[in-house]
Amino acid sequence: MELLVSDANFASGSRWLLFHAVAVFAFLYLPIAVLILYSFNREGVGGFPPRHLTLDWYRTLFADGPIWDSVLNSLQVAFAAMVISLTFGVPAALALDRAQFPGKAVFRRLVLLPLILPGIITGLSLLMLFNGMGTKLSLMTIVLGHGTALISVATTEVFAGLQKLDRAQEEASLDLGANYWQTFWRITVPNLKLPIIGAALLIFTLSMDEIAVSFFLIGRDNTLPLEIWGRLRRGITPEINAVSTIIFGFSLVAIVLWYRLRVRGEGAIEGGSK
Amino acid sequence: MFSRAYKAAVTLPPLVWVTVFLLVPYGLMFCYSFWSVSESQTIVHSWNLANYRQLLKVDVYWQTLLRSMWIAARVTIFSLLMGYPLAYFLSFYAGRRKDLLYQLVIIPLWVSYLVRAYAWKTILGSDGVLNTLLQYVHLTRHPLEFLLYSPFAVVLTLTHIYTPFAFLPIYAALEHIPRNLVEASHDLGATPGQTFWKVIFPLSIPGVAAGATFAFVLSLGDFLAPLLLGGPSGIMISNVVVSLFGAAYNWPLGAAISLCMLVLVVSLLFFSERLEKKWSFS
Repeated sequence: MELLVSDANFASGSRWLLFHAVAVFAFLYLPIAVLILYSFNREGVGGFPPRHLTLDWYRTLFADGPIWDSVLNSLQVAFAAMVISLTFGVPAALALDRAQFPGKAVFRRLVLLPLILPGIITGLSLLMLFNGMGTKLSLMTIVLGHGTALISVATTEVFAGLQKLDRAQEEASLDLGANYWQTFWRITVPNLKLPIIGAALLIFTLSMDEIAVSFFLIGRDNTLPLEIWGRLRRGITPEINAVSTIIFGFSLVAIVLWYRLRVRGEGAIEGGSK
Repeated sequence: MFSRAYKAAVTLPPLVWVTVFLLVPYGLMFCYSFWSVSESQTIVHSWNLANYRQLLKVDVYWQTLLRSMWIAARVTIFSLLMGYPLAYFLSFYAGRRKDLLYQLVIIPLWVSYLVRAYAWKTILGSDGVLNTLLQYVHLTRHPLEFLLYSPFAVVLTLTHIYTPFAFLPIYAALEHIPRNLVEASHDLGATPGQTFWKVIFPLSIPGVAAGATFAFVLSLGDFLAPLLLGGPSGIMISNVVVSLFGAAYNWPLGAAISLCMLVLVVSLLFFSERLEKKWSFS
């Protein structure tokens, strides 16, 4: 591996750091490698060495109705949560950037709190709210939970985007007679395209994976993580490895797409400013 | 340049939503923690401190809280020991491969938390990958039982999950250090060790504080990894809360414990923010 090494002392230090980095990467990827490998193992999830590689678990998975129902539920929940988070998270970022009002500091902290708070507290406090209002638990309550908790993601991403935004364009648009609504949709949103898309992708993925909040707000229909959780408690088969491997594959595709989009976007911004 | 109407239009909807779905629920949790449950399993809305007194009096509650804090502290230390040198390596030595390696740290975050905990279970179990491997190469004859259903398994799994969370803010802090400071320290005759401890490390403290807070707070509140891998000795405070809200049906006591966690978390965030401000480079 080529390294930027300036003198001998640094070289010995950097060799130690290199070993450490390799070890950490091994630690981070070991469970993922095991997960994928044993999804092809006929003998089940344990047992070394893996023998009799097979696609049987994928066949079982594709014939498994409840799993696919839960995948569909999760996709719907993630989409709805994304809409809620963006609907309230984008204005929240604008408010934090542009408006002064009493309690602004508290508001900022409150919006961002679910990002760092253990899911159990968000989940339980919402359970008490729905219980108090007499709302029946369903996928809808999970949507409200995810949507509310993930406003924080939309707000942080968009707020960071606003810091880099030049207000002159908005000013010009207003001076030239466009109203605030037109200016918002034609100037503000297009300029914030990248942070908004980034936030949307992030919210979608986080919601697909969320379990701590959903755990307390679940009605009759399961989301995918809760379906997996239910099965883990009943005994484990490589079918879970198989579904996880497929989702990991999709996530990788999403990362690559997002990364390309961002590189292209940054290129465009740099190109435009020259 | 923005009119009052514009400001109201962007402020009011999120303000109302957040009040209804965050502030009111936290308030309810606060109220519940002073209520109680009657013999006939209904919530009695009479205000008293019985739940908090019970927290202090019944050993299992505060002992579990202390044990959870100890588990979270170990997770934090190990995540920093994993994350800091890695971030330092990436920021100062990885050269052109920096971006790629950065992505490689992020990618495990895209594998579901639950699935990674489950993967560790299949590795650590008595018929798991590690034990069968050890027997296959004749290092052990019987499965090592302490690997799964122990605090060890919980700490290992949570460290795996929160190492990237510790890494990210540290890496961001290291990336913000102006490189000419490091060069100046060199030119003025400091050894690499002195440069690290006197220049780089102090400037990275805000990142360390943020990373440590993430790892500590999120692992403190975890209840799924202990359920899956912890066994009886790996039970954490959130598991107690879950059972109080479920089978044990004592929401008020559960709310009191949750509120203690909430207060602990918010005060930690407060201190970490102060620390970040005090040490930030500007």
